[in-house]
Amino acid sequence: MTEVLLDIRGITKRFGAVTACEEVSLTLRRGEIHALIGPNGAGKSTLIGQIAGSLRPDAGSVWFDGHDVTALDTAARARAGLARTFQISSLAMEMTVLQNAVLGALGARGRVMRFFRDVMRDSALRAVAREALDRVGLWDVAAHRVGDLSHGQRRQLEVAVALTQAPKAFLMDEPMAGLGAEGSARMTRFLDGLRQHAPILLVEHDMDAVFALADRVSVLVYGRVIATGAPDAIRRDARVREAYLGDEALP
Amino acid sequence: MRAETLLNACVLLALAAVPLWAWVADEPFTITLATRLAILALAGVGLNLALGLGGLVSLGHAVFFGIGGYAMGVLASHAQSYTPLTDWPVLIEGTKSMPVIWLVAMGASGLAALAIGALSLRTSGVYFIMITLAFGQMFYYFAISWPAYGGEDGLSIYVRNGFPGLNTLDPIQFFALCYAILALALWAMARLMRSAFGLALVAARQNAARVEAVGIAPYRLRLVAFVLSGMITGLAGALFADLNRFVSPVMFSWQTSGEIIVFVILGGVARLYGPVVGAAVFVLLEHFLGGLSEFWHIWLGAVLLGVVLFARGGIIGLVVGREVRRD
Ligand SMILES: Nc1ncnc2c1ncn2[C@@H]1O[C@H](COP(=O)(O)OP(=O)(O)OP(=O)(O)O)[C@@H](O)[C@H]1O
Ligand SMILES: [Mg+2]
Repeated sequence: MTEVLLDIRGITKRFGAVTACEEVSLTLRRGEIHALIGPNGAGKSTLIGQIAGSLRPDAGSVWFDGHDVTALDTAARARAGLARTFQISSLAMEMTVLQNAVLGALGARGRVMRFFRDVMRDSALRAVAREALDRVGLWDVAAHRVGDLSHGQRRQLEVAVALTQAPKAFLMDEPMAGLGAEGSARMTRFLDGLRQHAPILLVEHDMDAVFALADRVSVLVYGRVIATGAPDAIRRDARVREAYLGDEALP
Repeated sequence: MRAETLLNACVLLALAAVPLWAWVADEPFTITLATRLAILALAGVGLNLALGLGGLVSLGHAVFFGIGGYAMGVLASHAQSYTPLTDWPVLIEGTKSMPVIWLVAMGASGLAALAIGALSLRTSGVYFIMITLAFGQMFYYFAISWPAYGGEDGLSIYVRNGFPGLNTLDPIQFFALCYAILALALWAMARLMRSAFGLALVAARQNAARVEAVGIAPYRLRLVAFVLSGMITGLAGALFADLNRFVSPVMFSWQTSGEIIVFVILGGVARLYGPVVGAAVFVLLEHFLGGLSEFWHIWLGAVLLGVVLFARGGIIGLVVGREVRRD
């Protein structure tokens, strides 16, 4: 078992004239939270998309758990143990909270081609779903339609669905976005405990959260990683300050 | 009991009660009308699986309806002329047995759905609609130009095919058979809607990226849904041909595809009994207004417009409101 679980090697992605990612290489080690920060439009979500499989890189490869997964589609990568949360909540909006969670558990378990048994009465799937909803504090609204949830609750449900997948690694694209101060603090505590289960590649603008959680930080500017290192080192890095953080933004 | 379940039960009971009354009152035409309704509803139940649950707007379901019809026509015409379909490499004879015809109809339409689905499901939206329409037209023109089975004129079968233990020529008995098949299909659909497959299929309609992100490939779900959908509509086609004792290329026409879509939309997309209610409205309008004027489709259009504009859940949605499962 190697230290490095996720290994991104020289990924490049262009949209016409825009180079969203250029020769990006970074790793995610077991047990760590690796924060990926950078200004708007730096290419963070594009990178997450290429790791998750929804975007195809123009060059470079993604290695996960010792295998080259670059050619696999999103579903296959998810089954291999990569769970992703979206920057903009992406859920089955007409379904209930519980149904979304059961869907996650179902995807992880497999055996989707079952046509007769009531999936919502499947006690194994329900137990997984319930545990995940309990952990993010959504069990009380399990029977609500996702479309009726608040923005913050949807963010939590994104995370809960990822939990039901019992993944080997999490890819989280701004899980705190729009949560408010209290919600962010709660989510921070929650993610802090989560790293024992699986490492997290965390895209986040909330610098308090980043510096509270991250074992390592990478800084992406105009599609390039300009620095990777421990939070303290990143905080002091002159290029990072110049390119992105701005002195006043640093906690 | 949920309001929708109650409504469904009433619809199912009414669909049995009316022909029973007609039988007592000796009104065979009404029984035939109810039989037609049940068969068209079955075709709609098939489409509802693809369109309603899967979000696959197929404008080519007439392909499966027609294949079912021709499966019946071809098999029965060979049986009535005592000529085999082929004697090489193996001897294949025609048959007048409904269960055999149904199996062939479902098998053939399932295979066609597999081929059409495998190609067309790589596209989506308006491209998907156009490709399914194109396949429909291909089958339509093929049937017209295939002289062995009547070409444009179609094919008549003199005696209705048989079912063990029933006299299918007796309208009420044939109705009972079609009704039982419809009820069975509805039961299976109800189970499917609550199954693991149903959950994933509906979720893929609402948000394909979500389903992929949890490790399920939407393409496979949709292909399976499309095949099952085609098989049910194919079975309805075989029954429809047996009701009329006649098949013709019209079964393959895009108007037929359109009518099946109308059943689903009128009754309520993705509602279990949507196609039954929709087919009922269609058959009743056709019967009562069609007798008054050749242009009864104008009234159908008006009703459809009203439903689309004012009742997004179709007639069922209008009566019982939005459906959300609460467990
Ligand atoms: N599908 C696309 N087509 C064309 N350009 C795109 C596409 N997706 C992203 N881009 C562009 O690529 C660049 C990187 O976008 P990306 O969404 O990855 O940034 P980000 O770092 O996630 O920003 P934010 O912090 O605002 O979420 C931007 O210039 C964006 O406009
Ligand atoms: Mg982003």
